[in-house]
Amino acid sequence: MFRVWAFALAALAGAAVGLAGYTFVYAKGYSYFSNDPEACANCHVMRQFRDSWQRSSHHAYAVCNDCHTPHAVVPKYFAKAQNGWNHSLHFTLADYPQPIRIRTRNAGVLEENCLRCHGEAAGAAAGLHCIACHAGIGHGR
Amino acid sequence: MKNPRWIYAALTTAAAGATVLVAVLLMNIRDRKIEGRVSYVEVVHLTEDSLDPADWGRNFPHEYDSFQRTKEMAPTRYGGSVPFSRLDRDPRLKRIFAGYAFALDYKEDRGHAYSLQDQDETRRTKERPQPGSCLQCHASILPAYRKAGGGDVMKGFELVSSMPFAEARKLVDRPVGCLECHDPATMKLRVTRPAFLRGIRALKKSEGVEDYDPNTMASRQEMRTYVCAQCHVEYYFAGEHKIVTYPWAKGLKAEQIEAYYDEAAFSDWKHGETGAAVLKAQHPEFETHSQGPHARAGVACADCHMPFERKGAVKVTDHHVRSPLLSVERSCGTCHPAGGAEMKARAESIQDRHAALLARAEDALLALYDEIRAARAAGASDAALEGALKLQRKAQWRVDFVSAENSMGFHAPQESARVLAEAIDYARQGQIVAARAAIPAAKRRG
Repeated sequence: MFRVWAFALAALAGAAVGLAGYTFVYAKGYSYFSNDPEACANCHVMRQFRDSWQRSSHHAYAVCNDCHTPHAVVPKYFAKAQNGWNHSLHFTLADYPQPIRIRTRNAGVLEENCLRCHGEAAGAAAGLHCIACHAGIGHGR
Repeated sequence: MKNPRWIYAALTTAAAGATVLVAVLLMNIRDRKIEGRVSYVEVVHLTEDSLDPADWGRNFPHEYDSFQRTKEMAPTRYGGSVPFSRLDRDPRLKRIFAGYAFALDYKEDRGHAYSLQDQDETRRTKERPQPGSCLQCHASILPAYRKAGGGDVMKGFELVSSMPFAEARKLVDRPVGCLECHDPATMKLRVTRPAFLRGIRALKKSEGVEDYDPNTMASRQEMRTYVCAQCHVEYYFAGEHKIVTYPWAKGLKAEQIEAYYDEAAFSDWKHGETGAAVLKAQHPEFETHSQGPHARAGVACADCHMPFERKGAVKVTDHHVRSPLLSVERSCGTCHPAGGAEMKARAESIQDRHAALLARAEDALLALYDEIRAARAAGASDAALEGALKLQRKAQWRVDFVSAENSMGFHAPQESARVLAEAIDYARQGQIVAARAAIPAAKRRG
């Protein structure tokens, strides 16, 4: 009797793992470990932001992750995991706001990344994000 | 061996449950991917005679869903789509339209779904004779034009326009639909209204462009305004055949259109209180928007009135055409990141100021009527009052051009304010002329 259960469970677990693995590959899950902007545009919601980035002046210098994720390895993948969870959850449930807006935490990451490159040149503007004035810098129209 | 068995059973159930969830996710991802790839499935073959939007809806269910919602009614602070009586809300209008059909019945328009029904039900068509011209914009009429003209839409348009309304009405049975703006073969935006094609050609000619054809020469972004400008414009019925005509040959501004009417010696009616030959403005939304900051920035009607929305993985143009004040997040938010409540407050503060200015201008117009009537009562002759009546025509045209426009000033705030400032000035000038005309007459009597 024990053997029957063990075989059944092994088969089921194998099927579950296989299906999950296939789903991961089918959804191009591996691409999210990369820096390729096309990975962000896998999600249909992000396409317009990929498109507008291509029309911006920063197109030649920075990809999505340069501005939108931290640069140290652990915080970077933590941010990817956190945003990835939020994005896929709300895309699947179709309950995200339109138009989408950057969240406070991610806006902080963005600001740090502006200063990472431009910190020396940038003056201190109390209480203002860089993009309050330089709005079209990362996403053109 | 009892415990392990129980655990194995629980694990089996858990693994099965997890597998189901993963399968559901997989299918959902697949659905989204397919949605993102396939633009539409041709269930029904659409032709130039496909009048029923439900047929189009079988190929384009998302667009059709939102189009259907134009049946819904919702108010905004000043407009919206609930058919309240504008005469009750602003009783000045009863005097302003004295002697004209608009003094009988003047309601706020409802959505596209009601365009034909509202036309049937208004006392302006039930109690006053109207031409078939009205149907150019109130019905899905292209096949009827083609049939009446023996294949020639322009000829059919002229024939149907000159029929009495009741007779022309028998040729159509649907409110505005899909054919008006979309090519059934390609879904490309197109303009079909004969009066618009003629009007825009005349306008472009005044700007130095010969033989302008929007269907081949306009950009897609321009078309996203022109499809609306087919109907949401100023017009008049020209000549004895009552051909609906857009008076744009001198330009789109209030005084340019006025100059066109003056040259054509056209007036809509004799004012019931003063006898002045006056004009009725219709709903010059396109003309007004064209003078405003959003048009200057390249924003089209559809950007705000038909904002994009996401349905699963597809981006859909919202065909529930309505006031952007009812969809502020999507309408304004794409360009203005200040948030819905703030954008609504900005828009409504423009409207509040505009409404106050408009009320002042209407009061000035009523004061002019009083002055002209007083002068008449004092014995002033028609000849002596001619100047005052001409100034009434100018003032009245400007007040109505702004008042009949459906944005309460938002489409072009400063331009609308400029036109109202002129209206007030002409009305007060007219009062002075009328008062002077009254003085010698009074002396003669004394």
